[in-house]
Amino acid sequence: MALLEVSGVTVAFGGNRALDGVGLNAERGRVTGLIGPNGAGKSTLFDVVSGLRRPSAGRVLLDGRDVTRFGPARRSRHGLARTFQRLELFGRLSVRDNLLVAAELGPERRRASPTVDGILEQLGLTGIADASADTLPTGVARLVEVGRALAVRPGLLLLDEPAAGQDGEETERFAALLRSLADDGTAVVLVEHDMGLVMAVCDEVYVLDLGKVIAVGPPAVIRADETVLAAYLGDA
Amino acid sequence: MEQFLTFGIVGLSTAAIYAVIGSGLVLTYVTTGVFNFAHGAAGMLAAFCYWQFTVGWGWPVPVALAVVLLVLAPGFGLAVERVLMRPVQHLGEAERLVMTVALLSGAIAGARWIWDPNVPRPLRVFFADREPFHIGPATVTWHQALTMTVAVAVAAGLWFLLNRTRTGTEMRATVDDRSLARLTGADPLRAGRVAWILGTQLAAVGGILIAPTVALDASQLSLLIVSAYTAAVFGRLRSLPLTFLGAVVVGCLESYLTGYLPQNDYLPGLRLAAPALLLFLALLLFRHPRLRGRDRRLVQVPAPPLRGTLVFAASTVAFAVVLATVLGEADLVTYGTIFPLGIVALSYIPLAGYAGQISLCQLSMAGIGAVVWGHLGSHGGLWALAAAIAVSAAAGALIAVPALRFSGVYLALGTAAFAVVLDRWIFTLPSFEVLGVRIALFDQGSVEMAAPNLFGLRLDSAAELTVLAAVFLGLASLGVAWLRRSGFGRRLIALRDSEAAYATLGGNLLVAKVLVFALSAGIAGLGGALWGMQQRSITAEQFNLIAGLPIFLVAVIGGLGAVGNGLFAGTAFVGPNILIGLASWTQNIISLLPALAGMGLGHSPEGIISRFRREWEPLGRDRIALPALLGALTLGWVLRLTDVINGWTLLLGSLVLAYALRGYASARQAPQAEPDVPVEWWGVRRPWRPQDGEVLARGTAGS
Repeated sequence: MALLEVSGVTVAFGGNRALDGVGLNAERGRVTGLIGPNGAGKSTLFDVVSGLRRPSAGRVLLDGRDVTRFGPARRSRHGLARTFQRLELFGRLSVRDNLLVAAELGPERRRASPTVDGILEQLGLTGIADASADTLPTGVARLVEVGRALAVRPGLLLLDEPAAGQDGEETERFAALLRSLADDGTAVVLVEHDMGLVMAVCDEVYVLDLGKVIAVGPPAVIRADETVLAAYLGDA
Repeated sequence: MEQFLTFGIVGLSTAAIYAVIGSGLVLTYVTTGVFNFAHGAAGMLAAFCYWQFTVGWGWPVPVALAVVLLVLAPGFGLAVERVLMRPVQHLGEAERLVMTVALLSGAIAGARWIWDPNVPRPLRVFFADREPFHIGPATVTWHQALTMTVAVAVAAGLWFLLNRTRTGTEMRATVDDRSLARLTGADPLRAGRVAWILGTQLAAVGGILIAPTVALDASQLSLLIVSAYTAAVFGRLRSLPLTFLGAVVVGCLESYLTGYLPQNDYLPGLRLAAPALLLFLALLLFRHPRLRGRDRRLVQVPAPPLRGTLVFAASTVAFAVVLATVLGEADLVTYGTIFPLGIVALSYIPLAGYAGQISLCQLSMAGIGAVVWGHLGSHGGLWALAAAIAVSAAAGALIAVPALRFSGVYLALGTAAFAVVLDRWIFTLPSFEVLGVRIALFDQGSVEMAAPNLFGLRLDSAAELTVLAAVFLGLASLGVAWLRRSGFGRRLIALRDSEAAYATLGGNLLVAKVLVFALSAGIAGLGGALWGMQQRSITAEQFNLIAGLPIFLVAVIGGLGAVGNGLFAGTAFVGPNILIGLASWTQNIISLLPALAGMGLGHSPEGIISRFRREWEPLGRDRIALPALLGALTLGWVLRLTDVINGWTLLLGSLVLAYALRGYASARQAPQAEPDVPVEWWGVRRPWRPQDGEVLARGTAGS
């Protein structure tokens, strides 16, 4: 059974449907890609899954439990964590404190400090642990957001363009991190514009266009899908 | 039926005024994004000026109206836009809000200075000599008819302006997207200016129309605007038709409550508080907002070092000991309040500084603390102080629940409404029983405050109470510093920085907000109880909304992220009273000071304390200057105690010496400026540096 099951989710802004009957599954131990052109509805879907936006129709199931009416905090307690396309770091806190806030709210609150130290080391952020979060360059700030999400020890991790602003070497290291997270049993959903990264790490890719899922399949299939090429890859 | 209709006419006439004022508020808000807390104060000033011209100087009514509405009101609106609002336009919503709160506080203080509040100023209604006319069984005065006609004319005029003129289109475009409007050739600056002029004129019209039916009193008139705020909130601060509808609801409600509310001791205040209660309800009915994303314009909240805070707390107590030993009993009644009022100001740090919740009812919380001590602390037992803190904290927690639905300007409005409900109704109630427990507040008068009893020692003198309050201020400052470093402090800052991220990490917003409101209300309650002990007797008026605004302003000026703000705000608020000792006429200037300082916020949005700390840090680190200063201060204190010098010599001498030593320490610690070495001697008279090659290459290329 998939850890995350989204079915028939619809979100309307006035007359426009940002999401129109979208379905998506994410399983433990797998990286699921979610791609699509700007405005396709990817971040809106993340908002729905994480509980920041109520859908007008559809359901979100987490580990078999219907969480559609749960608030974001309650969903987090069921093992969900996310990052944001528009950075949402706690700007007045240091990098370490950003992660500490998360760890103290998560299941490892009793050993928050060592948990945070471990994640900082894992992500190569120990050197900037005491830097103020609002002074970080975008690429590093996105990595701190990933670290903060990891600090709640999530079973399901939603990453919204986490590699934006990273150079080639950093992206490679990040791809390895994603694979190791999946290997540890985390279900990762990745929204990313870097097609190289998506194709390299994802087990399955969903393509969203104008609020609808237009294709689902392994990267190799998606790469060859003509609808996808027309809607998205052709634009690149 | 006749009575019902008559009250209906009165209600509609009042509603017409609220609609006019409320539409001005909406116009300014939608065009400029500024919710003008001083909108009512502008109407109040217009009413006073109109009284001055017509009654004071005997000008004809049309001339007075023309001068107020066509010259003074637009001039005031333009001045506010140019001098106050434009410098803070690039800052956050909170800074703009503080600016209008400063304007409100300043306008009231200014009006009280110019027009002695103890002199009654009756104002005649318009067409007072004409006989009222009848519509069916109801009687309508010409003044009432005029107000309703004016409201209809305003509605029609605004519709025409917004829908049929280029300026109106610019204003509507500016509402939707300021920068986009500029791209299409619209001028948001001009649209903003027009909105300020028109908004102020509408406030002036409302002020002049309502003044004859109520007392011409600066704070009462400014607060009548709560009703207009309620009307505007009905229109969600955006819709003019809904604002007019809201005005009708509020006006008629007030009128029918006057007519039909049963007569007993408990309900008269309800009529006065009804608009504020309605405002609170209207705010609650707002659609639940989405969780706020990251705010990028936030005041920094440095984590204070433990040792530094301990030294600061000890210095606070030492300062109180010096004051208590060098000042007489009468002076201590004034200057001793530095410490309890400092505690009230300190309550803003966790609430507004860390968690970003702007509350305008902290002094009301202090009032609750004071009244609890007044009733339970008659034997001086310190357990009553704990009870005062607990009851204030419970009241604070109560506000936090609706606060979950408000933020920014709505939260400020909601807490202001709460303060008005408390001081107009709850604080005026006679004692009552709830579940067999008798609850007494101010008992419609004053409450006697007993001195505390510390381990059998009655702290009765002003000196003892001053030191006691300073000890509590020191402890509270230590507590707030500890909070900043604690997990809960981190969570408060986190939820302010991004509610969305905080919630998706599993943070419970309600719990965090309830706790921080309760904590800060508890601190304010402690300050209120200690302040009350010094005053010996307290009344409800000492804790009303208007009285609380200057403390809020001084705390904001100090910097809401700084733990040292308690002592700073207390000193800055009470200290200027020293001028009264020199000249009694300075009293009015002193009451204007917080507002004037608040208006200067745009120049120092981080607060004065951080600048102060930067400037005085070299002295604190200097191994010669610091001991010299401490030694001299101790010597001065001893000389004062032995009556060798007087208080003025001690004060001025200490200030001069402190500044001189600060200059000395700064000079000693300034990095040694490198002597200017001519370029041909680089690498000879000073070592060669890696960047020198590039500098030379650029210099050669440029010549």
